[in-house]
Amino acid sequence: MDNLLSIVTFMPAVAALILAVFLRGEDEAANRNAKWVAMATTSITFVVSLFILFGFDAGDTGFQFVEEGAWIMGLSYKMGVDGISVLFVMLTTFMMPLVIAASWNVETRVKEYMIAFLMLETLMLGVFMALDLVLFYLFFEAGLIPMFLIIGIWGGANRIYASFKFFLYTFLGSVLMLVAMVGMYANAGTTDIEQLLVHNFSFETFEVLGVQVIGGLQTLLFLAFFASFAVKMPMWPVHTWLPDAHVQAPTAGSVVLAAILLKLGGYGFIRFSLPMFPVGAEVLTPLVLWMSAIAIVYTSLVALVQEDMKKLIAYSSVAHMGFVTMGIFAANQQGVDGAIFQMLSHGFISGALFLCVGVIYDRMHTREIDAYGGLVNRMPAYALIFMLFTMANVGLPGTSGFVGEFLTLMAVFQVNTWVALVATSGVIFSAAYALWLYRRVVMGDLIKESLKSITDMTRREKAIFAPLVVMTILLGVYPALILDITGPSVAALVSNYDTALAAAEAATQLAAN
Amino acid sequence: MAADLTIILPEILLAVFAMLGLMAAVYTSKDGLASALLWATAAIFLAVAAWIGFTGEGTNIAFNGMFVDDAFSRFAKVVILVSAAAVLLMSEAYMSSRGILRFEYPVLVVLAVVGMMMMVSAGDLMALYMGLELQSLALYVVASLRRDSAKSTEAGLKYFVLGALSSGLLLYGASLVYGYAGTTLFSGIVQVAEEGVSLGLLFGLVFLMAGFAFKVSAVPFHMWTPDVYEGSPTPITAFFATAPKVAAMALFARVMHDAFGGAVADWQQIMALLSVLSMFLGAFAAIGQTNIKRLMAFSSIAHMGYALMGLAAGTVLGVQAMLVYMAIYVTMNVGTFAFILMMEKDGQPVTDIGALNMYAKREPGKALAMLILLFSLAGVPPMLGFFGKLYVLRAAYEAGLIWLAVAGVIASVIGAYYYLRIVFFMYFGEEPEKGLNGGKSVILGVMLMGSAAVMVFGIVNMFGVEGAAAMAAQTLVN
Repeated sequence: MDNLLSIVTFMPAVAALILAVFLRGEDEAANRNAKWVAMATTSITFVVSLFILFGFDAGDTGFQFVEEGAWIMGLSYKMGVDGISVLFVMLTTFMMPLVIAASWNVETRVKEYMIAFLMLETLMLGVFMALDLVLFYLFFEAGLIPMFLIIGIWGGANRIYASFKFFLYTFLGSVLMLVAMVGMYANAGTTDIEQLLVHNFSFETFEVLGVQVIGGLQTLLFLAFFASFAVKMPMWPVHTWLPDAHVQAPTAGSVVLAAILLKLGGYGFIRFSLPMFPVGAEVLTPLVLWMSAIAIVYTSLVALVQEDMKKLIAYSSVAHMGFVTMGIFAANQQGVDGAIFQMLSHGFISGALFLCVGVIYDRMHTREIDAYGGLVNRMPAYALIFMLFTMANVGLPGTSGFVGEFLTLMAVFQVNTWVALVATSGVIFSAAYALWLYRRVVMGDLIKESLKSITDMTRREKAIFAPLVVMTILLGVYPALILDITGPSVAALVSNYDTALAAAEAATQLAAN
Repeated sequence: MAADLTIILPEILLAVFAMLGLMAAVYTSKDGLASALLWATAAIFLAVAAWIGFTGEGTNIAFNGMFVDDAFSRFAKVVILVSAAAVLLMSEAYMSSRGILRFEYPVLVVLAVVGMMMMVSAGDLMALYMGLELQSLALYVVASLRRDSAKSTEAGLKYFVLGALSSGLLLYGASLVYGYAGTTLFSGIVQVAEEGVSLGLLFGLVFLMAGFAFKVSAVPFHMWTPDVYEGSPTPITAFFATAPKVAAMALFARVMHDAFGGAVADWQQIMALLSVLSMFLGAFAAIGQTNIKRLMAFSSIAHMGYALMGLAAGTVLGVQAMLVYMAIYVTMNVGTFAFILMMEKDGQPVTDIGALNMYAKREPGKALAMLILLFSLAGVPPMLGFFGKLYVLRAAYEAGLIWLAVAGVIASVIGAYYYLRIVFFMYFGEEPEKGLNGGKSVILGVMLMGSAAVMVFGIVNMFGVEGAAAMAAQTLVN
């Protein structure tokens, strides 16, 4: 199969098209068909994507399963995966069937709902596989459209504000990256990511509007990409769209947002910012590290005072993404490995946490923390699962949450001890807000009248959580599953980065003499 | 002489057709013939477009350089003819049900199109002006086609007064250019300009550009656009938004490159300024609009800003970008106006975007097509509209106008807001008591769906428009 990646990417889109064209009616049967088509498609996509994982040669640090074809404007349709992207592809295909299953109770405009999610899957997969700048941008930006609709149509009370904020905020972040991409095309004469990775963009200091830009073109390009990825990530202080979007989105929307869409920014940093603009990255590393440290501490504190469960988890996501950026910009093996690990693990954990909120929201239709308490009395299975993911979120050893946090902290300690010190305190705060949330929702006596008749999880709900539980624990006790795949690619990336910096250093020295 | 006539045969043919149609209608049943005439006109437009598009070859010069038939003009002509045919087909149902389908309408459209074809083929200031006026006079009349409506006549009058003013500016510029260059032929002017642009010539150039800016409705010469768009009957608005824009933009490019190609530095800044002002005014002013026709007017102003960004580059790539952009723009507008024409309640046209509340629930297919068009207009990938923007951005960047590219993308984010607002009404709004219930026309549906499909599937290979545009730009800029 020469075009395995394209098949995996476009299968959901084709299914969406079939739903759009052939499925008629709004009755029970049509809704059921839409759900089953979506379920079958996402499951088959996952199964087919396993061929990518098993066929993947971890020892090879180049791109694999590469497909290439000419496209308009001198661009190319080029897809491929390497050790960095292959696991994100797997994360996406793994999560989507769960997301569809979690949406089984949707009753309004089911067909459109499923179409939106299937389109979203295609676009997200495309982001991770694209090996052409513009193709990447196309998938990256197009994902906004279905997400905008998902929040706006199936969202909560304040969904309009949230959807507009989500769209315009991230759109504004991305357009500067578009200009930078045009600049890269003009500068390097190609949009092929593989070639751009070995292209040296100039780093001679120049002046823009009277300001000295150290690192020159590389710094400017880095900043343009940074504007986009930092918003997508999201990093403090441009994270404010995330809590709004999360709170208003339907459960499945939140899961996709937390588990996959938030990873696009981190993936972008690893794919573009670090290897393509090493000098620019080096210049701005202290800034990024401190922003990450502030994000970890500040958003953890903000999470402490939230009254809405989803908002709390959203802020906790921002804090965890702080570890990711910190790890990436530590720019050593542990850092980047840890960042990837943290992203994948956060995909499972935060996805599961939003599903946990969804379980009780479906029953009580409120996300107010105060509306709950003592759930353990009537929902023991729920209490157990919620506890597991709360602990994983805190970073308890034995769960996947620990590995990522530990690796990134260790990495940043080698680079900047002060940042490591500040960030480590965030681990404590995260224990505080997560455990306190658990205490208020699950523990204690069941005194609220409205909760007296609440039922425990259904079999469908348990089935959704089962794979997530397995992954969280499996990766926690045997992280090599991931690190073996990412390791060689990351090692190559880090050594290229160091070489490029050394070369730049030497060139500057030479120019100075 | 005979060779000259062969070159302008398509124009002659259309002009003769207009005369014959006029006479036939006058001597027979008057408006009874209007419908048939309209269909015949659309058919002949398409036939001529195919003829020009498939058989045209090389660069042919007629009447001592007054008329130029080259790849550039052919590209523009095909776009003009096809979009005019599409708009004619879209207008039939709307106009006949409102009793304004007069036989003059197709005849005037043919004359306007002949004028446009003259414009894009002009190789001389006189030929340019002749084409421009032929087009404008026909357009003034169709703007006020609805004689019993105060708004429509107001639109026609406004268009006429401001159009006359702009023609005056243009003519003044042309006379200055003639005075200082000693010739009205572009090929002569370009030689004079290459040796250095004298102050008088520069004055002439600026006035010419002001006149063109009026015609393409670039800021600060855009004032007529919203009023004329709003006042004219909707099919006429659709026409204004498509073919004349292409013609004026192509003419703009033709004069700037054929006559002042050696003096890019002299007009680049003006062009960039027109572009940036148009993009921002279009984006900001549309935010407050509730009338979809006014909104589309501001949207078209913004789009002209992007097309001008291509021209501002002053390179082959820039012209190519402009041509691709205009082709995409026209396709999007045909679809969007097909949608607007379908917006009616109990037979009455509705232009308030609030009326679109929850449109998606009643008409999922049409709403989806409109959604695609709106995102394409906003320049969000993966729609074709994004590639139009990418093209002009690239041209501007490579010409060193990085600030313009940055301004352009920021304006596009602001602009995205009002397109999203329409999506908001269609998908997130509240169920109205009585929604829109018109829009059963098959032609309009086909136009809407077709245009949306082009926006999605066009990204595979742009249907070959890219290559044709590249060839057209190559012949213009050398």
